[in-house]
Amino acid sequence: MSDILELKKIGYSYHNLHGETKALEDISFGVRPGEFVAIVGPSGCGKSTLLSIIAGLLVPEQGTILVNNPDGSLHYPRIGYMLQRDHLFEWRTVYRNVILGLEIRKMLTPERLRTVDRLLEEYGLDKFREKRPSELSGGMKQRAALIRTLALEPQLLLLDEPFSALDYQTRLMVSSDICRLIREAGKTMIIITHDLAEAISLADRIIVLSGRPARVKRELPIKLTLRDDSPLAARNAPEFQDYFNRLWEDLTHEN
Amino acid sequence: MKTDTKKELTRQEEFMRRHRRHHHLIAFWRALLFVLFLALWEISADLGWIDSFFFSSPSRVAACFVAQLKTNSLLTHIGITLFETVVSFILVLLFSLLLATLLWYSTRLSEVLEPYLVVLNSLPKSALAPLFIVWLGTGSTTIIVAGMSVAVFGSIISFYTGFRQVDEEKITLIYTLGGTKRDAFTKVVLPGSVPILLSTAKVNIGLALVGVIIGEFLAARRGLGYLIIYGSQVFRLDMVITSIIVLCVIALLFYKTVQVIEHRIRIKFKM
Repeated sequence: MSDILELKKIGYSYHNLHGETKALEDISFGVRPGEFVAIVGPSGCGKSTLLSIIAGLLVPEQGTILVNNPDGSLHYPRIGYMLQRDHLFEWRTVYRNVILGLEIRKMLTPERLRTVDRLLEEYGLDKFREKRPSELSGGMKQRAALIRTLALEPQLLLLDEPFSALDYQTRLMVSSDICRLIREAGKTMIIITHDLAEAISLADRIIVLSGRPARVKRELPIKLTLRDDSPLAARNAPEFQDYFNRLWEDLTHEN
Repeated sequence: MKTDTKKELTRQEEFMRRHRRHHHLIAFWRALLFVLFLALWEISADLGWIDSFFFSSPSRVAACFVAQLKTNSLLTHIGITLFETVVSFILVLLFSLLLATLLWYSTRLSEVLEPYLVVLNSLPKSALAPLFIVWLGTGSTTIIVAGMSVAVFGSIISFYTGFRQVDEEKITLIYTLGGTKRDAFTKVVLPGSVPILLSTAKVNIGLALVGVIIGEFLAARRGLGYLIIYGSQVFRLDMVITSIIVLCVIALLFYKTVQVIEHRIRIKFKM
């Protein structure tokens, strides 16, 4: 299948009075529809910058992003972006939080609201719609944030270390939970993480970035023999350790 | 098992009792301090330890209060001061909210205006009052402007600082959902700054009262500030002290009112 999104020689620099800091250089890769791509790299290498460029929040200084929709149309794919924390607003109820995107885009149509209702029910948040975010558990907050993102019916989901604010145990469960829900919704996903085990267990392909300025150091397709099982079980796959070691090598042998 | 829960309950009850006793004790000491102060004041005036002409006494203050009430003038003075303070408080809130919003929208404007705001905020505002009198005359307008001048610059700075302290990532969230800068303001910055708006309002009501009294000292023919100055000029210190005590009560009422409103809003926003 052809890529829905293709990055070609993307470059970006930050400017201040002391000069120019190159964040990204010559980054090229494609994303196929329905694929889960994980981006790993040393901290501060420009992963978030890359995601902001794909999301259209930043304009790349060099290079282009090619769009190739399955239906042949040319519009940029609708993007859903999940940030490091859930950022549910305490002054809104859970329900008014999940419809925030629709409210901003002025798309509060009965049809969209039915989708939201269905998601709330499917994700077990139906009883909590009039509650405040602080009354939800960490996992439920992430689910609410996911509904807020999915309500706009994005084709491509971008996740920027979305579970890093959670404690380890919650994180294991929530990350596999959220990614299962995204797979079931049939979306394409790009996730940034610094957790190699998380990347291997969740992704179909891992893109390793070098230190600053970030370049694509390796593209590693992941094929685990336990693929159909949950990401938690994936950690027990026989290939898991090999992948882990190769990624570890890549990240520790910076040159 | 049963004895355990019983023990728990009594422990809890004991804690509740201790808590109540503590609060009763505090209330008792507060009341006692007030009564002792009044008694000492009255006794020392009666026994001639202090000159009641200069220092007055609780009974004289009470008599003065009643006399002033009967001529109806005290209520008018109180009403005028209350009105001017409330108007300048509301105008300060509206004006500083508007300007802080503009500053938030335009980084360039805020950079240009910053030194002016800092200077105006540190300036002793009572120095401006004579100017207001010349420009605006001696009516209520002058007093209200004087009241505003004390609170408004600090208020703009607090509001703007509050707006700037809102989590940058929450604003990014609005942009990722396809929102504009306006959405970021109405959906995140404004509701996120409600606690700062409320605490600033609590300070402002006191400052507005300060400004109004300063204005009345200099320019007014009515109001408690005028009554204080007039009383001191004709050596009717009963009148001065009565007015000051009324001011104490007004300040307390203002503070409590804003506190109640704050509490309601906090409950509504669950903060």
